[in-house]
Amino acid sequence: MRHLTYSWADRDEQLLTCGPDGAEQRILFVPPLFDEMNRVRRTLVEAMRILGDTGISSTLPDLPGCNESQAKLEDQSLEDWRDAITAAAKAIDATQTFSVRGGALIDDGPALPTIRLSPAKGKSLLNMLVRTRIVGDKEAGVTTTAEALRTEAENGSVELAGHNISALMWNGLETAEIPDGSDAALLKPADVDGSALWLRAEPQHDPAMAAGLAEMLAKGSAAS
Amino acid sequence: MSGVAEISQVEDSVRELLVDVLGVDAEQAAEMESDTPLFGALPELDSMAVAGLLTEMEDRLEIMIDDEDVDGELFETFGSLVEFTAGKLEEGA
Repeated sequence: MRHLTYSWADRDEQLLTCGPDGAEQRILFVPPLFDEMNRVRRTLVEAMRILGDTGISSTLPDLPGCNESQAKLEDQSLEDWRDAITAAAKAIDATQTFSVRGGALIDDGPALPTIRLSPAKGKSLLNMLVRTRIVGDKEAGVTTTAEALRTEAENGSVELAGHNISALMWNGLETAEIPDGSDAALLKPADVDGSALWLRAEPQHDPAMAAGLAEMLAKGSAAS
Repeated sequence: MSGVAEISQVEDSVRELLVDVLGVDAEQAAEMESDTPLFGALPELDSMAVAGLLTEMEDRLEIMIDDEDVDGELFETFGSLVEFTAGKLEEGA
């Protein structure tokens, strides 16, 4: 396991990488967005370790504004993230991408063979963020509407479920469809002995899912 | 939506959601009855999980849920969630 970096918008962003130097197969993981990333990170990293043991290199990048990144989340848009993923793919000379959930919305820049696990529509992700805020406010006795939150975003940024979302990000999510990838392979959690870890309130680890994912990705990369 | 068979179908979909989305134990979900408390009783069910559950319900059951409907009360008991879901399915029918 080692930390490489890619450069984007004058900053170095982290690339968590596992597997031998000079591996023939180099998979770029495109992480889920917002909270969903935290919930599956451990299982993804475990899958990377297993892949590394079989001689396949894999890399999990930080999106600008997320995880260790020094950039501000409220300065990011989906377009920025798509560009960042393209830069990350270039930095490791990736041979394929593997995207999870909202990662599928931004995985098409590098135009590589791709495998997608349960791709999520931008609108669903946005609804989830907005509702988390509305439900949380309601518990605190405050009534909030989606329109009011949107106006707040347009005036700078709005905090949704702990994430500062700009109007640009809001609008991007609202209209984002999964990019056309007719040759993208689609996976469901059941295909890899797993479950929808990204929806769990408490992050869980699923060793069987990590093994299933690694096996599926190794097969995918062998076929490409 | 008033037939007994239909309600039990809705109950099954709601159980499936609780298992898939919240990671509730399948046996625990199978034992839920209409007065089984959910919100406040299930540690898995926090405000973010409520939001996730509703959004997943929309995707799976092809229903639309207004943000005004989003309320902890809806998740008070297993029965209240089933009733809400059945109502939404009927609206969409």
